[in-house]
Amino acid sequence: MSKITLDNLSHSYLDKQNSNADWALRDINLDWQDGGAYALLGPSGCGKTTLLNIISGLLNPTKGKVLFDDKEVTSQTPVERNIAQIFQFPVIYDTMTVYENLAFPLKNRGMSDGEVDSRVKEIAEMLELTKTLNNRASGLTADGKQKISLGRGLARSNVNVIMFDEPLTVIDPHLKWVLRSKLKELHQKINRTMIYVTHDQTEALTFADQVVVMHEGQVVQTGTPVELFEKPKHTFVGHFIGSPGMNIIPCQLDNGIAAIDGVKVSVSSQIKKSNFSKTEIGIRPEFVSFSKEGLPVKVLKVSNTGRHKIIDTECKSGKIKVLSHSSKNIPSGSAFLSFDQKYTYAYGDNWIIE
Amino acid sequence: MNKTINQKAWLFVIPVFILVAFNAVVPLMTVVNYAFQETFGNNVFTWEGTRWFKQILRSERFHAALGRQFLFTGIILAIQIPLGIAIALTMPKKGIGVPVCLVLMSMPLLIPWNVVGAMWNIFALPEIGFLGHTLNDMGFDYNFTQQIGDAWFTTILMDVWHWTSLVVLLSYAGLRSIQPAYYQAAEIDGASRWAVFRHIELPKMKKVLTIAILLRFMDSFMIYTEPFVLTGGGPGNATAFLSIDLVKMALGQFDLGPAAAMSLIYFFIVLLVCWVFYNLMMRNEVQS
Amino acid sequence: MKKFKWLVPTIYIIFLMLPIYWLLNMSFKTTTEIINTYSLWPQKFTFENYITIFTDSTWYTGYLNSIYYVVMNTVLSVAAALPAAYAFSRYKFLGDKHLFFWLLTNRMAPPAVFALPFFQFYSSINLFDTHVAVALSHCLFNIPLAVWILEGFISAVPKELDETAYVDGYSFWRFFIKIFIPTIVAGIGITMFFCFMFSWVELLLAKTLTAVAAKPIAATMTRTVSTSGYELGLLAAAGSLTIIPGAIVIYFVRNYIAKGFALGRV
Repeated sequence: MSKITLDNLSHSYLDKQNSNADWALRDINLDWQDGGAYALLGPSGCGKTTLLNIISGLLNPTKGKVLFDDKEVTSQTPVERNIAQIFQFPVIYDTMTVYENLAFPLKNRGMSDGEVDSRVKEIAEMLELTKTLNNRASGLTADGKQKISLGRGLARSNVNVIMFDEPLTVIDPHLKWVLRSKLKELHQKINRTMIYVTHDQTEALTFADQVVVMHEGQVVQTGTPVELFEKPKHTFVGHFIGSPGMNIIPCQLDNGIAAIDGVKVSVSSQIKKSNFSKTEIGIRPEFVSFSKEGLPVKVLKVSNTGRHKIIDTECKSGKIKVLSHSSKNIPSGSAFLSFDQKYTYAYGDNWIIE
Repeated sequence: MNKTINQKAWLFVIPVFILVAFNAVVPLMTVVNYAFQETFGNNVFTWEGTRWFKQILRSERFHAALGRQFLFTGIILAIQIPLGIAIALTMPKKGIGVPVCLVLMSMPLLIPWNVVGAMWNIFALPEIGFLGHTLNDMGFDYNFTQQIGDAWFTTILMDVWHWTSLVVLLSYAGLRSIQPAYYQAAEIDGASRWAVFRHIELPKMKKVLTIAILLRFMDSFMIYTEPFVLTGGGPGNATAFLSIDLVKMALGQFDLGPAAAMSLIYFFIVLLVCWVFYNLMMRNEVQS
Repeated sequence: MKKFKWLVPTIYIIFLMLPIYWLLNMSFKTTTEIINTYSLWPQKFTFENYITIFTDSTWYTGYLNSIYYVVMNTVLSVAAALPAAYAFSRYKFLGDKHLFFWLLTNRMAPPAVFALPFFQFYSSINLFDTHVAVALSHCLFNIPLAVWILEGFISAVPKELDETAYVDGYSFWRFFIKIFIPTIVAGIGITMFFCFMFSWVELLLAKTLTAVAAKPIAATMTRTVSTSGYELGLLAAAGSLTIIPGAIVIYFVRNYIAKGFALGRV
């Protein structure tokens, strides 16, 4: 168990880097506390798997350092770092039984047979694999195989960190939920640092205490699920998290006052700077409502999801989605919108202006 | 993939069926005809029953040829399969080395078989060949046209030269299809190089290796042209494998009856070995 | 140990190249020099052997004959195997598994077994000593192989592709030619490579079924060496030239080779 620090980490798969796009990871600085449950969230290709492989030691970063408990491990192998990692697709050893699969990482580290036996039985119990212990691993279903992968990751009791790389991709939807709660439960039971990589916001938000959102090789925000929802620091976080995502509307900034289509919009914090090439207002559909005055819009479409209605509207500068309770009446044709000031933010060049 | 039942699919298969049957059925019937009858030409046949079969199965000449054949096939399998895997494991995985290796290694596969024999003949001749000359310079008394051991050594070396690349290419293709996650997981599990080979690479190569062994078994068991050109089956009958012996009997001595019976026995042995081997390899698959 | 990994393939390739080099070396020597002096490279470099081959029609027609029947067989095998492989991959029909197995058993038939009956059979239908005869006889082992490889490629294409095309109103043959064949063009390339290869290297049947008019180059070679026995320079030059078509074909399909071998039941 240990604290993990990433210091100014950058990585590129190319020999020469000419532009930002040539970097898979750029200037990552992170501090992960011992025993926490973290999620790395982002779309495919954002660099999250690269980051994970650098932490586990499968990849050497181009620049920067990795520290476990303030001790540098950048050039150590995965074995020396003593970590566990579970991959997207189940990795099992076809020639072995379930028991031998679970025992494999323990035996490789020279553990005695007795210890191995009790540890394997304990893990099997935890993952409900006891009945199949003597079966050939190759005959199991995809989720059975992934359970073995999980088991091999959890088998060693002294690992510094356990990492999951989209471990539920190949699992049926109804089992996903079961395994996810199992993982959460395991985290509470064994209290080990866990890093969970996913592109699925629900998985990330339910599993982790702290979510790290990545976009184009950079960390754009780290925070609790509530923080990410209520105050996105970057427009990407705004529209990646939440369903539907945040409304991002181009706006004008003048003397610290923001305006859309010439209508003044009050935002939650004071705007001090204004030299941006692009300025936008961000507001979640949950915090927009119809009112007698405010921003004039045209109502385009109303869709009812049962619990609430999603209304598509359009002002001169762009489209705005509104989320309202199903029972509410929705105006048709022209209407006015008002924004809840507390959750309205101004963004300059995609980053929040504070 | 679930397939739909469609009897009209036969229409698609008919051209293949006709072309193969055209080549397989009539000649096979001819062989069967000769195998059970005696003829002195003019299309006059007398029924001989299983006489030719009994004669062949009891003949020492056939036993010797069959023994040589199994010994040869056994030796080349024992060399080519491990060697092919070892070369595939050490081949580059990316960069310019990949096409260079693939192109150069495939070359022997595309040389006509009698050219292979002729090439090895002039390569191994003691007077003018590089191999023969070098071995004699080193003090070995090497002459594959005179000494049985040398003839076998040369024939086997030629077959290794000719066909190991097929095993290499198949194994290489099998290795390339392994997901990187398997290697990463093994690294994290602290697996040794041997364990990675034994528990990841070998099981993943099982199917391609089955194909490799089957192809190498069939083709080495049917080998004719290369040793015929290289040694002519000699010295004596030392390298007269089944096909060479068969052609000698059929065309050289015109013993058509026994030759046809031997053909059928020969074909049957190939089928039987392939069938047994394939079932053994696939038995575990079905169980699990 | 990792540092010296490149040594294994390198040594292997050197081993592969040595006999080929020796053949080339001899092809640039005169027969007298070959017999009388042993040297690692030609002392008196000569093109004489190659000139003989390119000017004597009994030699160069051998090449043309070989290429003629090999191309014919390749086209025939792939054209017939395509619909059959499609049927085996997509449909279930009466006797499909038995038929597939029967096809494969023909790949296991020793050509020596068939040599004499082939001679009699093709003579009786007046095809002896024609390119067609050799092209047809090579179908015996090339069609099963082509069906086997193509079936692997076709099974890798999702069935939804077919269904979408039918929904879009394509007739079967229009779909097959316009959409399906372009989809598996890499597989067709690989299959043609293998058909070319096995037809090019086979000699026993090709020699048995020809006398003069369709005699393959490789057979021309054996005759020369067995009658005179001394024209080693000529033999080496002819042998060297037979390597060229294969080398050209390999160069074009180099990126598909490994993939092609891995197909079928992998």
